[in-house]
Amino acid sequence: MQSISEALGLALGLVISADADLFEIVRLSLYVSLSATVLACAFGLPLGALLATTRFRGRGVALVIVNALMGLPPVVVGLFVYLYLSRSGPLGFLGLLYTPTAMIIAQTLLITPIVAALSRQVLEDMDREYAEQFRSFALGWVQRVQALVWDGRYALLTVALAGFGRAVAEVGAVIIVGGNIDHLTRVMTTAIALETSKGELALALALGMVLMTLALVVNALVYSVRATATRSAYA
Amino acid sequence: MRLSTLLAAGLLFAMSSPLWAERSILVQSTTSTANSGLYDHILPIFAKATGITVNVVAVGTGQAIRNAQNCDGDVLLVHAKAAEEAFVQEGYGVSRADVMYNDFVFVGPPSDPAGIAGGSDAAVALTAIAETEALFVSRGDDSGTHKKEMALWASADIDPTGASGTWYRETGSGMGATLNVGVGMSGYVMTDRATWISFGNKGDFGIVVEGDPALFNQYGVILVNPSRCPSVKAEDGQAFIDWLVSADGQSAIGAYTRDGQQLFFPNAQ
Amino acid sequence: MRDTASYLELEADAGLSATDLHYAPGRSRLIDGLTLHLPDSGIHCLIGPNGAGKSLTLRLLHGLLTPDAGAVRWRGDTMSASDRVAQAMVFQKPVLLRRSVAANVDFVLKSRRSADPTFRDALLKRVGLEGRNRQPARLLSGGEQQRLALARALAIRPRVLFLDEPTASLDPNSARLIEEILCEERHHGTLCVLVTHDVGQARRLADSVAFVSVGRIVEHSTTDAFFRAPVSREARAYLSNLMVL
Repeated sequence: MQSISEALGLALGLVISADADLFEIVRLSLYVSLSATVLACAFGLPLGALLATTRFRGRGVALVIVNALMGLPPVVVGLFVYLYLSRSGPLGFLGLLYTPTAMIIAQTLLITPIVAALSRQVLEDMDREYAEQFRSFALGWVQRVQALVWDGRYALLTVALAGFGRAVAEVGAVIIVGGNIDHLTRVMTTAIALETSKGELALALALGMVLMTLALVVNALVYSVRATATRSAYA
Repeated sequence: MRLSTLLAAGLLFAMSSPLWAERSILVQSTTSTANSGLYDHILPIFAKATGITVNVVAVGTGQAIRNAQNCDGDVLLVHAKAAEEAFVQEGYGVSRADVMYNDFVFVGPPSDPAGIAGGSDAAVALTAIAETEALFVSRGDDSGTHKKEMALWASADIDPTGASGTWYRETGSGMGATLNVGVGMSGYVMTDRATWISFGNKGDFGIVVEGDPALFNQYGVILVNPSRCPSVKAEDGQAFIDWLVSADGQSAIGAYTRDGQQLFFPNAQ
Repeated sequence: MRDTASYLELEADAGLSATDLHYAPGRSRLIDGLTLHLPDSGIHCLIGPNGAGKSLTLRLLHGLLTPDAGAVRWRGDTMSASDRVAQAMVFQKPVLLRRSVAANVDFVLKSRRSADPTFRDALLKRVGLEGRNRQPARLLSGGEQQRLALARALAIRPRVLFLDEPTASLDPNSARLIEEILCEERHHGTLCVLVTHDVGQARRLADSVAFVSVGRIVEHSTTDAFFRAPVSREARAYLSNLMVL
């Protein structure tokens, strides 16, 4: 218990003193995980929309696979990306290993199935509600999907948030492809892992508190956007 | 739309991320050198002298060597002499140079169930541990420390892996994680002295065995072979190696202390 | 107004016609040999007991469902895509987009590439929702939601308008307003096909009444004739039950 109160003090100290190293890794964490979330939405949303609004042979199998991929272990994703980006791997010539870009790629792979599976669920529920009305309007597929995505935007924002949460909290993938290099690829979670391995448990816990606060702030922002929207144009 | 503005602002804020420094090299290294804070002490001195930024990936020696074999790094700085010499012999590295040494120690709980405290013979201590079946926590991760530990068991003519899961526990993790486990379950751990001195979660553990010449821990440095790996920054990598074994580099290493104790002893020839 | 017999004798190419429709999902024969000929304008009601297949008939006529057998024709021809686009439907429970009142109408206009704020505002005025443009559609009252759904249907300037119990459980004001608009539409020559449980509404509005029972039309007469002297046993039983109640 002593190290928890010690951690709280450390966390407050770090934040209040605007610690430059802390600021740097928080920024990199946000950059990597937000980028991965945006990319995962760019791939996962259309995939989710496709699965939600079309019927094809093998759709059941596709749904099972996408849902199962939500449970991808970050370490496996990290290894997979490492093998591709390693200098001796097929994409080694790009020189991306141990860069933030490699971390973004790994996290994108990790959370795209989450975004796809959850947005599929959101859009399919909504489609069930709108389907007859849209057929009556004689809408094309593109118009239909556009309307679903736009009307579901706040539910989809929660989906994106779920992806972001998973990305910003994982350590297994980024530590392999990022290497936890100081001032270059060190993010919140790898810093926590490092401090833990150094036996600096209170500092590790303090960093964990900062990460939690960060997640809290992001969630609160999204919640307030959603609440305002619900009161105004969206119901 | 407010929402997208918000997201864009957040992303822009985060976008101003650090890029690769203009001149930089990547060193695949062991956790002990990184976690003890040595690099934080010597790398700024090197950067100031040469303008070269050194980026360190700190993993176990086994993984560091494999990463270097995959050309994912310019310089290898580890502590497993036999594996290092094999690395060079197989053409992955150019040549090997001694840089510094420290030693391994055994740490354990004050209750000392194997009765080895105060000893200075590793083989005797290990034999006592095996006979009393006192808890022993091993890295079990093919790191330099783990290789050393296995060699010590072999010299005591014991194969502890048969007892794996009973009194012999293999964590498969780094030095720090293994120390956390050892302290947590009151088991003996073999660690390099630098990691132990700088370790923050010692609990009531202390050093129980030290001083055996067999516990000598030599660090070596190798330039990854640029003719095998064209991506290797041979010039800057060699500059780093040259500096490490130079008088400047050696005195920088010797000057690094933690709690008043010197952690690494330069011994380049 | 037409005379008693004319609806039964209408030729199949007069307006909207369904010939021998069958619809039996999962082996339950919900629509079972339904034939109905309607002219190309006026208000025509489908009435009948619950579960008779009135709503299904509406959906088959509108093309939301595809019959297993039989055909729906417009003026004697198989329904074309452009015929289909000139139809709209108001559902019993309005399905409004999660957007503002105006955006709900604009959505339909844009989908027909005819965004026109003046027309939209005129429509909203017609259904008594003027000045409510920016309100969230889903926060309107039940009656207002249904009026907005009607405005959205009218936005496509429908040639045929299907309505599935549009005034069920609405406040009297909204119901009256919707009935008035239907009368206006009849005046403009729109064909309105209305499913209703409200016999009084059928009497007030309809030019003809078709009685649906167990998946078929058992009687189709002018409104006067239907209520004065229903021919079929099923319709007589239905109407006498209502009288008793």
